[in-house]
Amino acid sequence: MRQFLSVIVFSLLTIGFFAGYSNFGIPQIEPAPPPKEEKLDLGSMTMDQFIAVGEKLFSGKGTCTLCHNNLGRAPLLDTIGEVAQQRLKDPRYKGEATNIEEYLIESLVKPSAFVVAGFGKKGTNDAESPMPDVSGGSIRLDEAEITAVVAYLQDSSGAEVTVEIPKDLGKKKEGGEEADVAEAEPREAISDPEKLIAMFTCDACHMINGVGGEIGPDLSKIGALRNRDYLRRSILDPNADIAEGFEPDQMPEGMGEQLYVSELEVLVSFLAGLK
Amino acid sequence: MNGPRSRKTGRTVKTGLLLVTFGFVVALVAFALSGFDQLGAIAAEQEVAADAAAASPYGPAPKLTAADYPSIAGINSRVAVWIFAQLHLWFAAFVLAVPIFVFIIEAIGMRTRDKRYDDMAYEFIKVSITAYSLTAVLGGALLFSLILFYPHLFTYLSTIFKESMIYYALLFFAESAALYIYYYGWHWLQGGFKKWVHLTLGLVLNAVGTTLMLLANSWLTFMMSPAGVDAAGVFSGDAWAAIHNFLWNPINIHRFVANIAYGGSIVGAYAAFKFLTATTKQERAHYDWMGYNANFIAICALLPLPFAGYYLAAEIYAYSQQMGITLMGGIFAWLFIIQAVLIGTLFLSANYYLWCGMGRSDGAKRYTKYIKYIAIVLVGAFLVWFTPHTLVLTNEELKALGGPYHKYLGPLGIMPAKNTAVNVMIIFTALSFMFYRRANKIATVSWVNAGNAIQVALYTAGIANILFLGIYHGYFTNTVYKVAASIPQVLTTLIVIVGSITLDSFIYRGGKQVGPLHWGRIPGRAQYALFLLAVSFTWLMGLMGYIRSGIRQHWHVVDIMRDASPDAFTPTLGYAANVVSVAAIIFMAMVIFVFWIAQVSGNKTLPAGYWKE
Repeated sequence: MRQFLSVIVFSLLTIGFFAGYSNFGIPQIEPAPPPKEEKLDLGSMTMDQFIAVGEKLFSGKGTCTLCHNNLGRAPLLDTIGEVAQQRLKDPRYKGEATNIEEYLIESLVKPSAFVVAGFGKKGTNDAESPMPDVSGGSIRLDEAEITAVVAYLQDSSGAEVTVEIPKDLGKKKEGGEEADVAEAEPREAISDPEKLIAMFTCDACHMINGVGGEIGPDLSKIGALRNRDYLRRSILDPNADIAEGFEPDQMPEGMGEQLYVSELEVLVSFLAGLK
Repeated sequence: MNGPRSRKTGRTVKTGLLLVTFGFVVALVAFALSGFDQLGAIAAEQEVAADAAAASPYGPAPKLTAADYPSIAGINSRVAVWIFAQLHLWFAAFVLAVPIFVFIIEAIGMRTRDKRYDDMAYEFIKVSITAYSLTAVLGGALLFSLILFYPHLFTYLSTIFKESMIYYALLFFAESAALYIYYYGWHWLQGGFKKWVHLTLGLVLNAVGTTLMLLANSWLTFMMSPAGVDAAGVFSGDAWAAIHNFLWNPINIHRFVANIAYGGSIVGAYAAFKFLTATTKQERAHYDWMGYNANFIAICALLPLPFAGYYLAAEIYAYSQQMGITLMGGIFAWLFIIQAVLIGTLFLSANYYLWCGMGRSDGAKRYTKYIKYIAIVLVGAFLVWFTPHTLVLTNEELKALGGPYHKYLGPLGIMPAKNTAVNVMIIFTALSFMFYRRANKIATVSWVNAGNAIQVALYTAGIANILFLGIYHGYFTNTVYKVAASIPQVLTTLIVIVGSITLDSFIYRGGKQVGPLHWGRIPGRAQYALFLLAVSFTWLMGLMGYIRSGIRQHWHVVDIMRDASPDAFTPTLGYAANVVSVAAIIFMAMVIFVFWIAQVSGNKTLPAGYWKE
């Protein structure tokens, strides 16, 4: 009986150690809840705001930045407006687009129409892209969201923005089908910039009004140094511009995934006012 | 029972077990290779399926709301299904694995005509027979809980897999029949032709058991990488396409190998307990021998297991980059740090048992001086594997560290460093095993010094190559090529292991024994290494079950059928660890019951004066 109890105690201690380590030895990250679609009022949206929506989708729901980043998993898209024109003339191009806008839409829903050399699926000799169709699967961007991403891609690569803002995003889906009930409950947007800064712990790295860390640039007078576009870009794509004396890849990406458009604008306005 | 084993028998057993296990693995890999790189073929299948769906009588996958999930007596649906599924899987893994090595051990007994193998095989199968009933009971509980808590998911899956579910039920009857005849006919089907009939029954038992596993695997891999359905989930009617989905074979291989390692570890725990409670020297010797063989089986399967796991992860990545990134670089990344602790524990306990076991031989002291170095390397490799890449820190810690990566330890967090560490760990475990094999032997061939020099060169070159590949690809190439070292590293490890075992068998051919092996001469604490192995394995399987299922995130069937239940969120690792721990404790209690029943069945009471004369 003594041996039996020893073995039981030993086994329970072993399980207890593993459970204890998993609870207290590693950080407990609360995974993000399942994604929910937002209802956006496109009717009153300017093109700049529409582009901002595209940027948010690009790094958020679209999960584009999982691969289109500087780690080399997929081509960078910073010059896509320029290279798209060349790809349309490339003999390897298998699509039907005739201009940049069509090419970009096609590359989102039929990624294998043109595969950049070296980025094809293993064993397909660059004939097949590993990228999923963003209108299906777990990404499921609707037509208006795809248009917004294309607007962002055109804008961020310096090309002319040719797309038009659709009017039906988030209201009704194609064919009159109602939007998923389960996907239609956005959280309440925050309008207080200080709450947003606390929520995203910006001051852990940035000095704001004399309080905060020194890992990132001091933002106490950032409004006097940078314009709104620069600030917006820096939040959504931290590596787009690196301030002198600082290293890339320090600021977490994915802010666009977590911020509402209105929250982004609140933050930009707040920072722009720091002079 | 405690008599000296002949050298020939010992060598035959080890080589036989190794070769047959290896053969099984190779056969399964070969089977999988037939569909290994058939991404194109599967894509084509899916296209055909999509065409067929247009005229399909099947409907799309249902779009659910929270109201579609019954709430019953306040029970947490997900936890209930989770625990039943995990308990069923643990028992199923055990009862599928035991007949595999029972079959091998019985065959070795027939070949060597050493009855001890036959007796040991019988004792193994006796332990699994009660576990078999519990597997069925828990399978039923899982089925009922799925029907009750997730009726729409079950309906959708059963629409697609209805034929295979019927075959599964029929095969289960066949499995039961084969197992009961195999077990209860053991002493009846002895000698000559009858023994061959019995062995054939063992083969049938394994074939049916493995087919059952393959069918069940297809259902769960369909949920991860659906095939045979269109984007809306409309079934094309092609059941084979749904079964032969992208992740089916990778899971099949991983589970097959892991089951053997797991079965070995559970039987090892049984032998360890019997050893500790043995009252005679003969009993101690018998259960020491049984524990050694069980541990040997576990190690044989443990060595290729990281490779099977890596292959599975690579295939998940190949199927979906998003899923692959979520798995290794997203919210689940920290789980692999826990996994490192678990696997480090497995390797260290298996090695520790081998080192303690060297005490059975009087010739072992020639090698004991090397053990501390092996231990240092194993711990070092474990620490590299254990090192996280990105640290989640408080603001103060972040400031103190100067960024999310540690200046010196950060580089050890990347995958090439971990691949290097695990390969080194495997090679040094093989070295431990080689020392154990050599402990009681003296080589008599004239070229022994040259042979030893080649062994040293083989290990040195292998380790150097693994380090070079890891360092070069990990730190001097860009991200895309960082994992390119993994395949040549694995090949190097396999070459070193197979090469050194082969060479050693030639060096010690016709060699002398130092003396008789003293079975039973092993400290009691070594038995706790076997318990540690079994408990760690159980817990690790639970943890990896969580991630396998968890990477589907908020999908019942990835991209096809969304989970709209209140439990659609991914739980934290701590929460998952708690569920796994509770399930592991329930499992342990059930296993103790199984062991107790196995023991009670052999007890006899002769009540004086109770029965009429």
